[in-house]
Amino acid sequence: MNKETCECGHKNPYGTYLCESCGKPLKEDGRLANMRYEGVARRSQTYSRSVIDKIWNFFSSVKVGIWIIVLILLTSSIGTLFPQEMYIPPGEDPALYYAQEYGILGQLYYDLGFHNLYSSWWYMLLIAALGISLVIASLDRFVPLYRALKKQRVTRHAAFMKKQRVYGEGISSNADLEGVKDKLKSKRYKVREENGNLLAEKGRFARWGPYVNHIGLIIFLIGGMLRFFPGMYLDDYVWIREGETEVISGTDGEYFVENNEFLVELYDEQDEDIFQEALMREDAPVVSNYQTNASLYKRSEGGSIGSETELEHIKDHDIRVNEPLTFEGISLYQVDYKINELSNFTFTLESETVEEEQLEEVVFNVDLNDPQMHYDFDNGYQVEIIEYFPNFYVSDDGEPMTMNRVPDNPRIIFEVFPPDTDPETETGEISMIGVQVNEALNEGHEHRISMQDVELVDVTGLTVRRDHTLPIIIVGGSIFMVGLIQGSYWHHRRIWIQQKDGRLLVAGHANKNWHALKNDIAFISEGTNLPEVHDQLDEEEKIEEDKSKMNEGGSR
Amino acid sequence: MFELSSTLLFVAFGLYMAATIFFAVSITGKKFKNRRGLEANKSGLFGYISAVAGLISALAYFVARWLAVGYAPVSNMFEYTTALGIAMSLAFVIIYPIYKNNYLGLFTMPVVMLIIAYASMFPVEAQPLIPALQSNWLFIHVITTAIGQGILAIGFAAGVLYLVRMIDFTKASKKVKGIEFIMFTLLATVAYVMIGIGFGAADYTATFEYVNEFGETAEIDYVLPPIVGPNEGELVSEQGFNPVISMPEFIRSDDVNTVLWSVLGGLLLYGGLRFGFRKPVAGALQPLVRNVNPQTVDEISYRAIAIGFPVFTLGGLIFAMIWAQIAWTRFWGWDPKEVWALITFLFYAAYLHLRLSRGWHGEKSAWLCVIGFALIMFNLIFVNLIIAGLHSYA
Repeated sequence: MNKETCECGHKNPYGTYLCESCGKPLKEDGRLANMRYEGVARRSQTYSRSVIDKIWNFFSSVKVGIWIIVLILLTSSIGTLFPQEMYIPPGEDPALYYAQEYGILGQLYYDLGFHNLYSSWWYMLLIAALGISLVIASLDRFVPLYRALKKQRVTRHAAFMKKQRVYGEGISSNADLEGVKDKLKSKRYKVREENGNLLAEKGRFARWGPYVNHIGLIIFLIGGMLRFFPGMYLDDYVWIREGETEVISGTDGEYFVENNEFLVELYDEQDEDIFQEALMREDAPVVSNYQTNASLYKRSEGGSIGSETELEHIKDHDIRVNEPLTFEGISLYQVDYKINELSNFTFTLESETVEEEQLEEVVFNVDLNDPQMHYDFDNGYQVEIIEYFPNFYVSDDGEPMTMNRVPDNPRIIFEVFPPDTDPETETGEISMIGVQVNEALNEGHEHRISMQDVELVDVTGLTVRRDHTLPIIIVGGSIFMVGLIQGSYWHHRRIWIQQKDGRLLVAGHANKNWHALKNDIAFISEGTNLPEVHDQLDEEEKIEEDKSKMNEGGSR
Repeated sequence: MFELSSTLLFVAFGLYMAATIFFAVSITGKKFKNRRGLEANKSGLFGYISAVAGLISALAYFVARWLAVGYAPVSNMFEYTTALGIAMSLAFVIIYPIYKNNYLGLFTMPVVMLIIAYASMFPVEAQPLIPALQSNWLFIHVITTAIGQGILAIGFAAGVLYLVRMIDFTKASKKVKGIEFIMFTLLATVAYVMIGIGFGAADYTATFEYVNEFGETAEIDYVLPPIVGPNEGELVSEQGFNPVISMPEFIRSDDVNTVLWSVLGGLLLYGGLRFGFRKPVAGALQPLVRNVNPQTVDEISYRAIAIGFPVFTLGGLIFAMIWAQIAWTRFWGWDPKEVWALITFLFYAAYLHLRLSRGWHGEKSAWLCVIGFALIMFNLIFVNLIIAGLHSYA
């Protein structure tokens, strides 16, 4: 590609607006110079031949970047119209739920896949496009901008000076340039001098802010993407009954957690003076605390596999909302609970024909989570559990089934053998027992099973989470925030002071916060006889306003 | 302590009003000179002093309520919305000394008052914290977000100021309709507050028995006279009027009724002003702001966004993610409030890119500031009250 040689002798890449060295405008472009990216040539505006060039040019455009942002913004908002699938009540069939709850719109929402919008391929594609745009647009600008700011000369072309937004000129003889230099330094400007010309600069590092925050964003997005790799992200769930110990998934069976006690505490209207009014207004009691008193155990090193595992107590922790139990990158969170789950039934036998004393001894406990299947009594009675359904229902084929292992609706089929029957050869009295259910399943019963006692237990639901992407997310987020602050709270300001043909030219440029730049120039002008500067944009605008007013007058 | 906090907020409101009046005087009375011919109009300074005093009083409210209830008072609609108003006044107090622009005060202070007045329409009593909110991140996350949004709201005030100054009201145009819609929205909010206070003072409540969406009989309390009543509603309280029209069962009729009252009240206020001035309401304000330098106001609005955006990002996204990881087991879960915070972030990001790279200054930039603020209010009001999610606390 041809180089463009400026009259100062500097060879500029093709496509340069302002000479990288002296700033002379190489292309005529309005009254004020376009100082964006210092008028450098960017790759995207120079090459457009190969496919790669075309892709590069597409993604380097800020316009395209903004379109991607706006598309993400608009599509994201659609996803909040109705709840996402993960937020609909558990157990609901999404195919039916949306239509039922939200009518035709709900059905359409479901059919278009908006119930899982944020994990849809096209949303992912948009995010990926944003990431690519971030990388390419940043590189396309950062590299030449960095070069231009590094190479910039103190002495600029007069045309460059005149085309700056803040500009002024006057007779040079009576200006006190030494005084100006001291004042600039007192404002913490870096001052460079060349043939009696000055370039004062401050806050250049603010120019890198956008690139730093884009790097942070890219790292953040990569971190988010890594979640989809196996082993990076663990999202599991464990229900633990009070007094029980469960293995923690993702630890290779090494760690165990015990639920010592689960609590739900409520705000008390009587105690809470200040909250009384609010509590009275609520229909339901307000919960003040969910808590699992947990113990963490680790399998002992010595214990050989297969033998009874020895558990070593690591620590106790009260798991509350906002206070997870954390160890080795895994956290256990309080997320759910169940109060009063059935855990134990105690039964006896009743009979009209058999004497009571004989039956007194026949008392048996059924642990609903791990029932003993056979009960022998000294007086010859035997009870057997033929079948146990922890969560009973009758299937469509009319078969008795259990939904899961949770004893929410337990049914037990017992066979009772009185002393004179032989379990090997004869059939006992078979009956099905549940909560308020007692059905004889065969004829000729002389005994009736009677439920004496029910034990209940509280169950805690904990989320088990390990997220190896967190460190990357944290690094990305921190870099992003640093870059954002760097670019937002500091401003790049430059003041050029130049002597040319007996006249003194003063020009200023700020990437933002012109107000502060003008204040700085006013400060250094005080008592140093610098020529007065004007905001040429103000003047331009005033001219336009006057023009439009005159037009109005004319049309009347 | 609790009563004290309410009093302090009331005092703060009065001081903000005083600031508004002083700023108005500073603009309209600028030509007054004293005997020596010097400008004797110190109203701008008094306005600023009032605003600072109002801020101090509001912060005292905040501390007093914090002490009284035992947690940072940012946990429900009243508390958060009030905090947002205070944050906006805080942002103003910080930005005013840089530009010393009395017009900005005239446009900011009424918005602050309106936000606080709107907040007081929600239940103001202390509410106990649910377990998910019991964390120090409550004040870290929410206060940072409020300050960020408060600064962004200054961008809105400056944007409106810019538009009022620059739009040509002599011809009917989309721009005129747009700015008039903003005026109407503000007036409807005023109407909402006034109607709420009015019927609240008159102790108006009426109870209706109605048939709800499940076909069951239920009761509903109305605090405003019913323009629209509930489905098959029947007045059961002694006090109250019968509705003009009934709503179908799937609509929250009391909310629709409130919105209707506000819209009608807003129309009445707006119509009154429109016919009083015989020109667009914003157009009637234009002569007041004739001397505003548009460049300066444009820069104020941009700087407010540039300063507020990182603060909002830190509070509304970064701190939010940290807390979500602790309380909800994951830093991001596509909850509606999270999504709308992201949308707000993306919107202002787009604004900054448009401004820096595509040269969207002046009017375009001002409109974007207005839309940005509308997004913030949408996220505050609609997402909390209408879209169900984890953040629906009020």
